[in-house]
Amino acid sequence: MSGTELAVLNLSGTELAVLYLVAAVLFILSLGGLSNQETARRGNICGIVGMTIALVGTLLHPHVESYWLIGPAILAGAVIGAILAIRVVMTAMPQLVAMLHSFVGLAAVLVGIASYLSPDESVTSGGRAAIMVHEIEIWVGVAVGAITFTGSVIAWGKLRGSISGSPLLLPGRHAINLVMVVAVVVMAFPFVSGEPVHDPMGLTYLLIMTAITFVLGIHLVMAIGGADMPVVVSLLNSYSGWAAAAAGFMLSNDLLIVTGALVGSSGAILSYIMCRAMNRSILNVAFGGFGTGDSTPVEGGEEVQGEAHPIEAAAVCDLLKASKEVIIVPGYGLAVARAQHLVNEMANKLREDGIKVRYAIHPVAGRLPGHMNVLLAEAGVPYDIVLEMDEINADFKHTSVALVIGANDVANPSAETDATSPIYGMPVLKVWNAENVIVLKRSMASGYAGVQNPLFFLDNTHMLFGDAKDSIGQLVSGL
Amino acid sequence: MKIGIPKEIEPGERRVAATPDSVKRLIELGFGVLVESGAGDSAGFADAEYRESGAEIAADTAAVWNCDLVTKVCEPKTSEVALLREGGVLVSLLFPAQNEELVEALAARRASVIALDAIPRVSRAQKLDVLSSMANIAGYRAVIEAANVYGGQFTAHITAAGKTPPAEVMIIGAGVAGLAAIAAARGLGAVVKAFDTRPAVKEQVESLGASFLELDFEESGEGGGGYAKVMSKEFIDAEMALFREQAKRVDVIITTALIPGKKAPTLITADMVELMKSGSVIVDLAASQGGNCEYTVPGELVDHGGVKIVGYTDLTSRMPRHASQMFSANVAHLMEEMGGGENFGIDEENEVVRGALVLRDGASKWPPPKIEVAAPPPPPPKAAAKVEAVEPESPQPAAPSRGLLPQAIGLLVVAGILVSIGRFAPPEFVQHFTVFVLAVFIGYQVVWSVTPALHTPLMSVTNAISGIILVGGLLVAASGKTDLAAWLGTIAVFVASINVFGGFLVTHRMLKMFRK
Repeated sequence: MSGTELAVLNLSGTELAVLYLVAAVLFILSLGGLSNQETARRGNICGIVGMTIALVGTLLHPHVESYWLIGPAILAGAVIGAILAIRVVMTAMPQLVAMLHSFVGLAAVLVGIASYLSPDESVTSGGRAAIMVHEIEIWVGVAVGAITFTGSVIAWGKLRGSISGSPLLLPGRHAINLVMVVAVVVMAFPFVSGEPVHDPMGLTYLLIMTAITFVLGIHLVMAIGGADMPVVVSLLNSYSGWAAAAAGFMLSNDLLIVTGALVGSSGAILSYIMCRAMNRSILNVAFGGFGTGDSTPVEGGEEVQGEAHPIEAAAVCDLLKASKEVIIVPGYGLAVARAQHLVNEMANKLREDGIKVRYAIHPVAGRLPGHMNVLLAEAGVPYDIVLEMDEINADFKHTSVALVIGANDVANPSAETDATSPIYGMPVLKVWNAENVIVLKRSMASGYAGVQNPLFFLDNTHMLFGDAKDSIGQLVSGL
Repeated sequence: MKIGIPKEIEPGERRVAATPDSVKRLIELGFGVLVESGAGDSAGFADAEYRESGAEIAADTAAVWNCDLVTKVCEPKTSEVALLREGGVLVSLLFPAQNEELVEALAARRASVIALDAIPRVSRAQKLDVLSSMANIAGYRAVIEAANVYGGQFTAHITAAGKTPPAEVMIIGAGVAGLAAIAAARGLGAVVKAFDTRPAVKEQVESLGASFLELDFEESGEGGGGYAKVMSKEFIDAEMALFREQAKRVDVIITTALIPGKKAPTLITADMVELMKSGSVIVDLAASQGGNCEYTVPGELVDHGGVKIVGYTDLTSRMPRHASQMFSANVAHLMEEMGGGENFGIDEENEVVRGALVLRDGASKWPPPKIEVAAPPPPPPKAAAKVEAVEPESPQPAAPSRGLLPQAIGLLVVAGILVSIGRFAPPEFVQHFTVFVLAVFIGYQVVWSVTPALHTPLMSVTNAISGIILVGGLLVAASGKTDLAAWLGTIAVFVASINVFGGFLVTHRMLKMFRK
């Protein structure tokens, strides 16, 4: 806690600082607890305790003079938050997460503007430099918050399907972005060097800048395709953290800074992991346009390269019953069809027959990092048979049947063999090494990357066409 | 295109270059296969099995050698070279650097020759790498031989009649053979320690349950293509001291140090053998190249004052069934790489084929042009220097090196920012900035350890805790005033509390579902 602030807040200021320290440590433990499934729940509880300490501490602080505005606000927020959390179906997790990000962004914008309107006394009593730093902090905080807010709203719309998943590619979109960024930076100068605190022009600048960054957030995310949403959501996760940290700087609040930095780096790491799993750079994703013919001439380019072998559900049942080891490869199609419970039922039947069943999860399967794991957990699949790509890739060789359900690009052999393919070099699940591959798919349409999948034409691949839920239903009754 | 599989005539050689399974594979690839009668007998594959797989059987050795392509295990004898068809293709182990006369004789037959021992060690060629698959088997067998000669049990036993301690095994060189030996010795229950000049293999050694012997010495032995490089004199002295120390206590030493095309380095000197307990065993996997132990006699088991030194050179041949299976699978993969039966050809553009090509229609192609493998080429070995652990291992791709310029610019920018903060920012800001930077690092450390399966809960929990901005809202909203700032703060409090409560609750819901 800063010395200047303490002077104003008398003794309870130090006490609050200690409480904030405890809360910050609990937040770190909370993230640390998620390192494995056994300690994860304890981690969440650490987070809750930390948050409670921070909130109660702040509320008891003399700086908080009246509860009549904030009391109802917290209560209403709590009720709405609880309803959202209880109602959400697991397949809709990505949307919920995106929505929650937008709230952090919005809060950061509001706190920034409010902090400009009525700055803390420590700032006004500080020198010119203190005010300048404070104003830069506001500028940065509001800008990051605004991008997070509108970007997350668009991501939410895209994940929900209310905005088209295909990227919006305006001509000269990079130039448009650049102009907006330059405008934001240039406008910072008159804002910071103007009359401090209650300069009406200052507020105008701030609001114009907020509007520009709102548009920038919308435009950035509109240009990104639906399949890249996992990365976008993690990036926005990171932004929301940086926005909170910036708010911490403007309010001289170390707890906000620490928490924001934790969340910011967490989101950044998740984005990095996702990008690595797709063999693409973060810039490539962030500036969008993938899989649409913008940089990759694939649309309609490669037509069907052979003949797919369709198969009947009954034949698949026979094949499954005769096998020793089965690996199920779920993809986003499984989430869309909400077939995770049926898949688990099928897997249980197989396991009762002594067949070893495991699940292979590609890092970018689903619409959120780790989304598939949550869906399978919801269906009651034990987590120790759900394996990551690197853990299981070598095992396809001695697997009787690989069952690919609603996944496409993550099991595409051209990523390894075809140097001209846009997904060349992306690590993929080597399902084709299995003795038999059964692909459950609605039609022969290509995946989100817009790339044809030669897997479908291999001799050991058979296609079970139809809605994933119906197909698996048939398998369950056939077994 | 017809492939001939002759019976091996090298004394003691029990392997065969094709098994009934690989014959099936070769036929699928479009080849015809002619197997000499009895070729698989010593490896446990009867003629009838080959016939069942679709091969023809010929009693006539000359007929087999008259095929378009002949593949065998050992390098051919002079008598066999004479049988090779003029202009035919031979695929076998050859060691062209050591066998110049043989290469000349083959050139005289205008033969095309692929040396299986010269397959380049690039990732793509791993499935054709005969040396790796044989090293793997030799490492395993070395432990079996050691256990056979050693007068005790490898695993510890505690019985009513007393207890026996576990055998202590030291393995020098953690390449393919070394790692296989570690796994086998661990499997028998021994206490295993391994030494290698390349610190990078420490993790592999430990993952197999052995401990990694380390020197108090900073020098990496990483050479090119998965081989170790020549170490400095000081390093070798320190290493010899370590071996001497270990020789006094261990029961079994297995050495696996080879240098391609050179005599193996001496690692276990005469005085170390003297130090060893009577009844202990040394298995020297480098025996055929002169041995890593001074007392090694290639092909023999010698007893030196109670210490038994196993110098067998036919360890893989002592496991003929699986050695043949691996060998023949490597050969089949090579045949596939070369185009299969229909499109068979020697493509010199193919780096794998080019690397192993010794002769083409009698014209010398040896040595092949150097291919750049990931690691830098090894420095020229000094005459007196010694090399350890040159067992091959799979090559690893080098990390792409980034340009220096962008890095330098990045550093300058960071330095510039730090200098201006230090110069102009008020102390209070610097304090907060310190907290911020440290927290970023903590976040970085903590989040890397999160298992990927929990990334969604991680996101929702970070969502919830970034609702801490609620505190910020409180500070501006609850000042008692009811101006615009207070209202904005109140809205911020409202949305942030949705985050806090929604985020924690949904995380709780998700985590509840994860069960073992």
